[in-house]
Amino acid sequence: MSMVHRSVVYDWLRHDKKFPHVWCPGCGLGILLGSLVRSLEQSGFDKNQVVLVGGIGCSGRLPVYVDVNTVHTTHGRALTFATGIKLAKPDLKVIVVMGDGDATAIGGNHLIHAARRNLDLTAIIVNNLNYGMTGGQYSPTTPLGSKATTAPYGHLEAAFDISALTVTAGASFVARSTVYHVTQLDQMLLTALERKGFNVVEVLSPCHTNYGRQNRLGSQIDMLKGFKKQAVRMERWDKMTPEQREGRFSIGVLAEHTRPTFWENYQGAIKKARAAKGEG
Amino acid sequence: MAVAKSRAKSRSRGVKGQARLLQGNEAASLGALAAGCDFFAGYPITPASEITESMSRELPARGYPFIQMEDEIASIGACVGASLAGRKAMTATSGPGFSLMQENLGYACIVEAPVVVVNVMRGGPSTGLPTNVAQGDVQQARWGTHGDHPAIVFCPSSVSECFELMVKAFNTAERFRNPVIFLADEMVAHLREKVVLPAEGDLEVIDRRRPTVPPDWYVPYKTDGSLIPRLADLGQGYRYHVTGLVHDERGFPTRRADEVEPFYARLFGKISRHFDDLMLTKSFSLDDADLVLISYGCTARACQAAVRLGRERGLKLGLLQLLTLWPFPRAAVEEALTGKRMALVPELNMGQVSREVKRVNDGRTQVFRHSKMDGSMITPEEILQRLKEVV
Repeated sequence: MSMVHRSVVYDWLRHDKKFPHVWCPGCGLGILLGSLVRSLEQSGFDKNQVVLVGGIGCSGRLPVYVDVNTVHTTHGRALTFATGIKLAKPDLKVIVVMGDGDATAIGGNHLIHAARRNLDLTAIIVNNLNYGMTGGQYSPTTPLGSKATTAPYGHLEAAFDISALTVTAGASFVARSTVYHVTQLDQMLLTALERKGFNVVEVLSPCHTNYGRQNRLGSQIDMLKGFKKQAVRMERWDKMTPEQREGRFSIGVLAEHTRPTFWENYQGAIKKARAAKGEG
Repeated sequence: MAVAKSRAKSRSRGVKGQARLLQGNEAASLGALAAGCDFFAGYPITPASEITESMSRELPARGYPFIQMEDEIASIGACVGASLAGRKAMTATSGPGFSLMQENLGYACIVEAPVVVVNVMRGGPSTGLPTNVAQGDVQQARWGTHGDHPAIVFCPSSVSECFELMVKAFNTAERFRNPVIFLADEMVAHLREKVVLPAEGDLEVIDRRRPTVPPDWYVPYKTDGSLIPRLADLGQGYRYHVTGLVHDERGFPTRRADEVEPFYARLFGKISRHFDDLMLTKSFSLDDADLVLISYGCTARACQAAVRLGRERGLKLGLLQLLTLWPFPRAAVEEALTGKRMALVPELNMGQVSREVKRVNDGRTQVFRHSKMDGSMITPEEILQRLKEVV
């Protein structure tokens, strides 16, 4: 099995890019990259038809390593570029990779409107609970009370639940997993790639260099073990009391429904516009 | 139903080679469509909304995408994305939205994405004077986004120029792989004038150069003598990397001085090498003039009237109208200043173009400014009055 996976990953990576990658040793983004590549391979998309769009931050550096069409955009705006690309060429498979600060702070407005609009896009939001690239400042998902380089006395704000936010905003498919739960993550990404509409996968990933160090969570291995302990399958989560949920989070599919996408609705506008012209 | 029919009729009647009564914003939209615009993303703002509204009617009828985004940041982002995927994209806004667009305008510069951005100027800063006329965004159009970069900015003074310059804006964006700013003002955008639209065959329409080599040979930012690289559409089979980081010829991020320096040199060089093709000006009664007006946008119309009135009163008055604001049309301005008794630059700001004229003047003559910032036009009489003061 592992031999097969290695060759698949090798197949989808660029070999004219100067490795090593920019991430810290032990970063979860490499695990996500592997998971994404396996899901792409399994979905059977042609490399030429796949566009991988990134924002700014550690996660924004992911697209450059993959041998597809890749666009590294501006901070928080990846979804806006992806919207233009998808509308311009609806046949392309457009995947957007963002971080928690990228997607829900500076890009929060774009995220909720992309979910509401329901254009066919796959949004992968890597949540490492802080701004890693800039040195560990607090983000919209930093837990209340946690330390950050801009919260030396503990974080004073409540955190966003990214998945719940996108469910409310109208995303067609919303799922959450972690880089520890790789098999589940592979499956979620595959579903998010193959479904119609705006599909979100939130991926918890450890930032041991910044968030972990400041909050004394140990090594990257310790943090992965922490995910294993804290993550609760949705079916069990629903039956838990608020006390039992303390210090834990749910993983699984939060929403899965089908409604007309923007592009499907747009076909109606084209028909009406043409009929109106024809009448004259 | 009957209303809709007659409207559709009048629209089709005026298409080619015939006189029509049009608003500046309408003419700009028609110019965009004539130039091949097949993507629009925008956000409502007065006095630019007519462009967004007309594109929402026209693009679906042609099967092309139109979208109203959540803000102006998203609008230009969508346009750049669409451009990279092969579309001719445009967005339209006014000052407050133009400020928001600066971030992704810089992105368009560095990835060399052709895109047309309309800014219909109104009084600023901030919400300012909605929506009285002003010309306060001239320097912002040049320097608005951070980092040093080239800029191409066109400025119409009439409804027919709204059409013609818009075609030129698209052609220039496509040819140079650079964002082009179409800097109109509220007065010209809302003006209604008779326009004779050119027949379709009479229009020159330029498309970006796309790669012709096999994908394996494609080096995305490698160029020939033109310094303008060929642009592959996303999904065309040329898989490559686009980034807002400074990049090498292959499109990958670099910080090597021996790759960074040539990158910037080419980014500026691709425009400066072709300055002559970009400098658009018009002159009125300049040949025997000893007093010269230099102006642009709606103020140039008042100057045209001032030239007529002044000549009737025996003044040897002429006008140089700038249609290109950036790159600054240095050669034409130098020529207009040479041998003149004095020059006056009327504009609806505190001297954003007059400072450029003074810079270029270099002792040729005396340059005066005439600034007005009360939300109204400069009148021909005011110009003549100001001339009397300074002569």
